[in-house]
Amino acid sequence: MFEAILRIIALTRKELLAVLKDPRARFSLLIPPILQCLIFGYAASYDLNDVPYAVLDQNQSAASHELLAGVDGSGVFHRVANLDSIEDLKTYIDEKRALLVIQIGQDFERRLRSGQPVDIQVIADGRNSNTAGTAIGYIGAIVSAFNADWRSSHGQPGLTVQIINRAWYNPNQETRWAMIPSLIGTLTMMQTLLLTAMSVAREREQGTFDQLLVTPFRPVEIMAGKALPCMLIGAAQATNVLLVAQLWFRIPFAGSLVTLYAGLILFLLAAVGIGLFISSIASTMQQATLYGFVAMMPFLLLSGLTTPISSMPKSVQYFTLINPLRYAIEIAQRVYLEGAGMGRLMPDLWPMAIIATVTLSAASWMFRHRLE
Amino acid sequence: MTLAAEKTKHNALIAKARRVGALVKKEFRQMVRDPSSIAMGVVLPVILILLFGYGLSLDVKNVKVAVVLEAPSPDVTELASGFQLSPYFAAQFLTSMPQAQELLLDRGVDGIVLVRSDVARNMKLGDAQVQIVVNGTDANHARIVQGYAQGAIGQWAARRAAEGRAVNVGPVTVLDRIWFNNANDSHYFLVPGLIVLVMTLIGAFLTSMVMAREWERGTLEALFVTPVRVDEILLGKIIPYFAQGMVGLVLCLFAAKYLFHVPIRGSVWLLAITSMLYLLVALSIGLVISSLTKSQFVASQITLLATFLPAMMLSGFLFDLRSMPTAVRLLTYAMPARYYVALLQTLFLAGDVWGVVLPNAAVLTGMAISLLLLTRLVTQKKLA
Repeated sequence: MFEAILRIIALTRKELLAVLKDPRARFSLLIPPILQCLIFGYAASYDLNDVPYAVLDQNQSAASHELLAGVDGSGVFHRVANLDSIEDLKTYIDEKRALLVIQIGQDFERRLRSGQPVDIQVIADGRNSNTAGTAIGYIGAIVSAFNADWRSSHGQPGLTVQIINRAWYNPNQETRWAMIPSLIGTLTMMQTLLLTAMSVAREREQGTFDQLLVTPFRPVEIMAGKALPCMLIGAAQATNVLLVAQLWFRIPFAGSLVTLYAGLILFLLAAVGIGLFISSIASTMQQATLYGFVAMMPFLLLSGLTTPISSMPKSVQYFTLINPLRYAIEIAQRVYLEGAGMGRLMPDLWPMAIIATVTLSAASWMFRHRLE
Repeated sequence: MTLAAEKTKHNALIAKARRVGALVKKEFRQMVRDPSSIAMGVVLPVILILLFGYGLSLDVKNVKVAVVLEAPSPDVTELASGFQLSPYFAAQFLTSMPQAQELLLDRGVDGIVLVRSDVARNMKLGDAQVQIVVNGTDANHARIVQGYAQGAIGQWAARRAAEGRAVNVGPVTVLDRIWFNNANDSHYFLVPGLIVLVMTLIGAFLTSMVMAREWERGTLEALFVTPVRVDEILLGKIIPYFAQGMVGLVLCLFAAKYLFHVPIRGSVWLLAITSMLYLLVALSIGLVISSLTKSQFVASQITLLATFLPAMMLSGFLFDLRSMPTAVRLLTYAMPARYYVALLQTLFLAGDVWGVVLPNAAVLTGMAISLLLLTRLVTQKKLA
């Protein structure tokens, strides 16, 4: 037993040396996660803060100017043009000069003063329908505020119900607060999985795997010696992301580090298990990378990182149950922002333990059967 | 020029074509024999098509909310039934806030609508309050949920207010029209993004791996001692992977048209030409990276960082470019994917808008030419 541990440590050390001795490999393991974290933190946001819009105001009244002042003063929209005709409107949208055009009809003020309902048209560029929808939502909020003002200043009764919004754990509802903690899992998985898959394939391709087989190592020890260094590197990357989140983006950490790392270890085991499984079916580095990548895509896209899981079709939602990244993202967000403890995280922890057990034993089975 | 000289030149050209042809043939054989490049070239696009087509959606459906009615009465049950009937929500009804809080913490629900016991009385006085609590951990989702919940409560309030007396809730209402995508179908904007990802993966990722392998294994060295010239070696790589990229494109276009029914309002030829331009850009990036790194592992990591991630995050396919901080926005101008996404979105949904097509295609052409020249420059027929 003791000797087995010594052998595993020796293999781990050799493996770390093999990966980290090349300065470019060192660079590509440590720098990209930090860079990605910075870029994603700034770029990956569905929030809008600069929307060019144009106006086709056929009313040109005090009321229409008041409404548009609200839009201009929102800090989100900036007016690029005052249009005169519907033809102009088409050009502005088609050529992407404006994301949306607000059209106010001739009878706007008259109807408003006589207490009749009145519409304004908002035409948005739907080439990215998500952005268009968000921008229209902002306009809706501005118009609601205008309505409330108009009602109170013209002696009309207000709405009887006031709605109070609260967002727990992320009071300003910043996308970044949700995005960065989920990168702890995402970035780590991308590299750990590929690294593990390649480490065995590299030995196969260079023929050193056969040499390893004639040593006293047992297959399980070889696997442990391959898994451990990748997990160490993965943990180091996760720590880097965590540091960027706290030191650069200053997102308050609500939970306990012990809980976070406990979840992380289970997750790394699952990721390494998948990586080893891939490496057991690949015979060259190219195959290992490409298979690893093909496997990575569904994990990445169906993790809830970019689109919510509850919006996916039921059958796809079942698939997400075997996706370790789904649990890792949930754990990272919940520990980081909600401060959730072990007890609450159990539903996320045990599936990862199962995934890790299944993939690791499948990989070790594959190894033994390929070795013999 | 004499006839003889012309003939020699002609023969040289034929010999060149034969050498390139032989290399292309070798590459194709290798491609067909290695299951991993088939996995990348065909299986991955199909997986991506299925995922984007059937898996991903930003539309809000069946959001789990808890509606807390501290004192059920006819008034407030009407509000509750509004949530029950809405396709956006899967509502469950509770009578105490602590219970709902517990559910939110356990991720049983994504939001809470709290209707206090005094709401009916206060409504008559005109200052009733309804609270919406969302779990802000997924900020984007939370905001959308909030919006829909607000809508449901607003409608209810309006109905309540309108009872007995005529009140204009508005008075101004927003009529929105989303041009190019009236039904607000998220396939319409996911499919162009899908094409960018597929072209990037085949063009840059696959090519950089293949070329780096030749460097790493020393098979390029073996080629150097043959009469084959560097530009011929490069052509021998570009032609097969260009072909594979076009296969990926055709797959995606078919899926777009016949599976997801995304309209192609521009001309298919323009779409094909601009895609070829982008593919050339991606191919040359892959070749440059592999020639510079000469290692499969490093090449795969750098290609991922330099092409795939920007194509996903910095291209304007998911996230709005104008809302990014200036430094990041300036960075997006250096990303070829940005121009390709603009072209795809316009050619698919808006039509041949020359004001968008020409500048973006011009940038891509410029990038393709300079990157191809750079590829030639960094690939030298000598040992490192």
